[in-house]
Amino acid sequence: MSDLSKLTISAARDGMRRGDFTSTEITQSCLTEIENARFLNAFVHNTPEIALDQANTADTRIAEGDAPDMCGIPLGIKDLFCTKGVPSQAASAILNGFKPEYESTITSQLWTAGAVMLGKLNMDEFAMGSSNETSTYGDVVNPWRRDGSNTQLTPGGSSGGSASAVAADLCLGATGTDTGGSIRQPAAFVGITGMKPTYGRCSRWGIVAFASSLDQAGPMTKSVRDAAILLGAMAGHDPKDSTSAELAVPDFEAALTGDIKGKKIGLPKEYRMDGMPGEIEKLWADGAEMMRDAGAELVDISLPHTKYALPAYYVVAPAEASSNLARYDGVRFGHRAALSQGDGITEMYEKTRAEGFGDEVKRRVMIGTYVLSAGFYDAYYNRARKVRTLIKKDFEDVFAQGIDAILTPATPSAAFGLGEMTDADPVQMYLNDVFTVTVNLAGLPGIAVPAGVDNQGLPLALQLIGRPWEEADLLNHAYALEQAAGFVAKPEKWW
Amino acid sequence: MLDLTYDAPKPKIIAGAKQDWELVIGLEVHAQVATNAKLFSGASTLFGAEPNSNVAFVDAGMPGMLPVINEECVAQAVRTGLGLKADINLYSAFDRKNYFYPDLPPGYQISQLYHPIVGEGEVLVDMAPGIARVVRIERIHLEQDAGKSIHDMDPTMSFVDLNRTGVALMEIVSRPDIRGPEEAAAYVSKLRQIMRYLGTCDGNMQNGNLRADVNVSICQPGAYERYQETQDFSHLGTRCEIKNMNSLRFIQQAIDVEAKRQIAIVEGGGEVVQETRLYDPDKGETRSMRSKEEAHDYRYFPDPDLLPLEIEQSWVDDIASGLPELPDEKRLRFMEEFGLSEYDASVLTADVANAAYFEEVAQAGDGKLAANWVINELFGRLKKDDDKDITDSPVSPGQLRDIIALITKGDISGKIAKDLFEIVYTEGGNPAEIVDARGMRQVTDTGAIEAAVDEIIAANPAQVEKAKANPKLAGWFVGQVMKATGGKANPKAVNEIVAKKLGS
Repeated sequence: MSDLSKLTISAARDGMRRGDFTSTEITQSCLTEIENARFLNAFVHNTPEIALDQANTADTRIAEGDAPDMCGIPLGIKDLFCTKGVPSQAASAILNGFKPEYESTITSQLWTAGAVMLGKLNMDEFAMGSSNETSTYGDVVNPWRRDGSNTQLTPGGSSGGSASAVAADLCLGATGTDTGGSIRQPAAFVGITGMKPTYGRCSRWGIVAFASSLDQAGPMTKSVRDAAILLGAMAGHDPKDSTSAELAVPDFEAALTGDIKGKKIGLPKEYRMDGMPGEIEKLWADGAEMMRDAGAELVDISLPHTKYALPAYYVVAPAEASSNLARYDGVRFGHRAALSQGDGITEMYEKTRAEGFGDEVKRRVMIGTYVLSAGFYDAYYNRARKVRTLIKKDFEDVFAQGIDAILTPATPSAAFGLGEMTDADPVQMYLNDVFTVTVNLAGLPGIAVPAGVDNQGLPLALQLIGRPWEEADLLNHAYALEQAAGFVAKPEKWW
Repeated sequence: MLDLTYDAPKPKIIAGAKQDWELVIGLEVHAQVATNAKLFSGASTLFGAEPNSNVAFVDAGMPGMLPVINEECVAQAVRTGLGLKADINLYSAFDRKNYFYPDLPPGYQISQLYHPIVGEGEVLVDMAPGIARVVRIERIHLEQDAGKSIHDMDPTMSFVDLNRTGVALMEIVSRPDIRGPEEAAAYVSKLRQIMRYLGTCDGNMQNGNLRADVNVSICQPGAYERYQETQDFSHLGTRCEIKNMNSLRFIQQAIDVEAKRQIAIVEGGGEVVQETRLYDPDKGETRSMRSKEEAHDYRYFPDPDLLPLEIEQSWVDDIASGLPELPDEKRLRFMEEFGLSEYDASVLTADVANAAYFEEVAQAGDGKLAANWVINELFGRLKKDDDKDITDSPVSPGQLRDIIALITKGDISGKIAKDLFEIVYTEGGNPAEIVDARGMRQVTDTGAIEAAVDEIIAANPAQVEKAKANPKLAGWFVGQVMKATGGKANPKAVNEIVAKKLGS
């Protein structure tokens, strides 16, 4: 079979258990596809030897009949995850040559469950970006193109490599991380499922930190069922991460009944933005209809502080980043600038960081340093924290009214062209996160589900937002939407 | 119950060229928490290990590594707070203090700026019997220590040792209640004593396990009292902070020279600039560490990797119920229970091991006598013996108790007891057996003493006549008798018999 890389996780699992094919066969198929898709620039470090070795072990476990769901499933891993002995650079030049001596908790759990690592995936540098154009490895290309156009499009960001790899069937699923929309926006841009779990559901240990109070890893997959399976293997309490929740991980897949009869779906009026493209508006309305047809009740709701979310996010996230990125100083690992005679430690810091960080990272480090500095702390950081509390309360109030899930668009547009935003005000790029950042600020679970295509044939997605720790219920809502939307389009292979 | 009241010591006055000045001093004491592991990692805190051998990934600031609070460090901070009669904050939180330095790998120190674990408390700093200063504690917070940068091992490179990086410190911040160099040293010394009793800090200043930043300002007589009434700092002078002092002697010297520097500035019509300074003991001066332009903006903000630290009152109560008796209470009890003077009780409770030794000696005996023996004989002997620690004393508390018992029973005289003590100290052995084996037992047989007295009287008729006229001269006869009996006659019995015979 040559199309094994196109399998979903659930189909691969079931097929391997039936003996239709082996993990080694699927893995080889993926490795071939990765080789053939270099143009997409999704994978940046391939690990075929590790992959085939893990696949071989997985095949033995499967043959023995007691393999977990993820056993033998080939995955791509976002470069933000530290993987032992394998380059882990957060797509930054400042981490050139860095190979960690440790394995992130999430990837450890995945390998323990028998999953297979194909390699590391491209991303925006330090997960800062919405178009995967800030990577030291260069842009990732979206496998989708507009009808009749050769223009190369962005896969979104920061998990652009993960999105592109899953959409192009280079792997069965991928890990992503989401600080302000970095899973959901790229998932929307390439027509796959991407979920950000509740903050604290997945361990952050071993994931290069961007904004610690917002960062959360999650699955990027070809179906909602796959998201449920992959999330189940990624989630869980980790004593090494103080912010990880001491909660049992439910069987997410078992929750996928598709039955949402009597559920209340909130439609927040504040998400109806001025200048929103008609197609997005229509998609949202169609999605709401689908939920209603499935037996849910639609409720107009208000999340009054939504308009403050983006500014608050762009204070909190850079503030934390400016501190989290201080460790990249050339002293212990990664890039160190060549020094001139007489240069001291200050010059070493300055030159190393000037050379190692890209423009977007520098911009955010400077913003973060500014908003935390003496005299500005209260005006910016403290105020942003207060806004954050209010945004969280908006959601709490709505859920207290009995709302089960909130339906919104995932992105304000379909994928745009690479380079199209180069000369734009950075704020234009930041607006990509307008529907997603509220979820990070409130620590809630959110999922992007592909629900249609625009008039140029590009995928569009809706977002469902759930109650904290109720990922199972949220996934079931997403499953119902997925079934109703019946999105099955795939990018035509041109690469 | 004894109710001790203390008078406050007089503030130190320094005479300037134009007028007298008083000092106002506040301290920030950094005490290394006595634990096996660091504040946020499992790495060892053992002193003297090979450079960079006690380093966890998180201590080295490796990407993606996260801190996890060490419960024992929290317990030690709570214990210290309780020992300083301070409020324990059930809610506290950690903040990041951001600055770049190679021995601070993540580029920030985790500390507690906004919500410290311990609030207000107080320390009684005793200066002399009946004289003590009550120093208010503002707060204690937990924070990470930095590593060590070594700049003098290579002409072109600096080296970094991260063994100390991330070790837990308690920063104990006092109010500006200290009024002189001696008080400052006594305050640090008292903190050290209390923490040693509690087992929360070994107090080893040489290893840097106890260090102090000293804030010094000067004011005119009377100004401090106005501050005390109003808590309005504007009554006080501008302070300078002398960083990182790790000896009591240097603390005193530094305060003195810094105060004189400030007086010279103010009397010369200048203004003291608030700044951080270093004390140079070789030159006997303080120097500015960095100019205002170089002043750090630490950009404190709540550490998002750590949830607020919430502890239960019941947990605090458990710790409180397990606290040992503290120096002030022990001293008071020694005074009550053994009838000791405040001075003796202070000496004996200075160190918890001394106090324990004394209590064992004093068990069911004469407490005052035991105190004299421990303080004068034992401490003196240990000092002569290369300043030996009491825990290494060759004479056990049981042996010393036996020696004292031999005195009180009248078996040996005080003078013989000193010889016996030296024998036990150098040779060891059971004191009672040594007395018997070496014939050191005191003669209490009055018949034998009478015979000796009679003999001396008979041999010295002229002396007898003089003594009869002047009873004070009886001492000569006593001395002769003691000499004749090799010092073993019971002096009390000899006195009585001599008096009787001369008087008759």
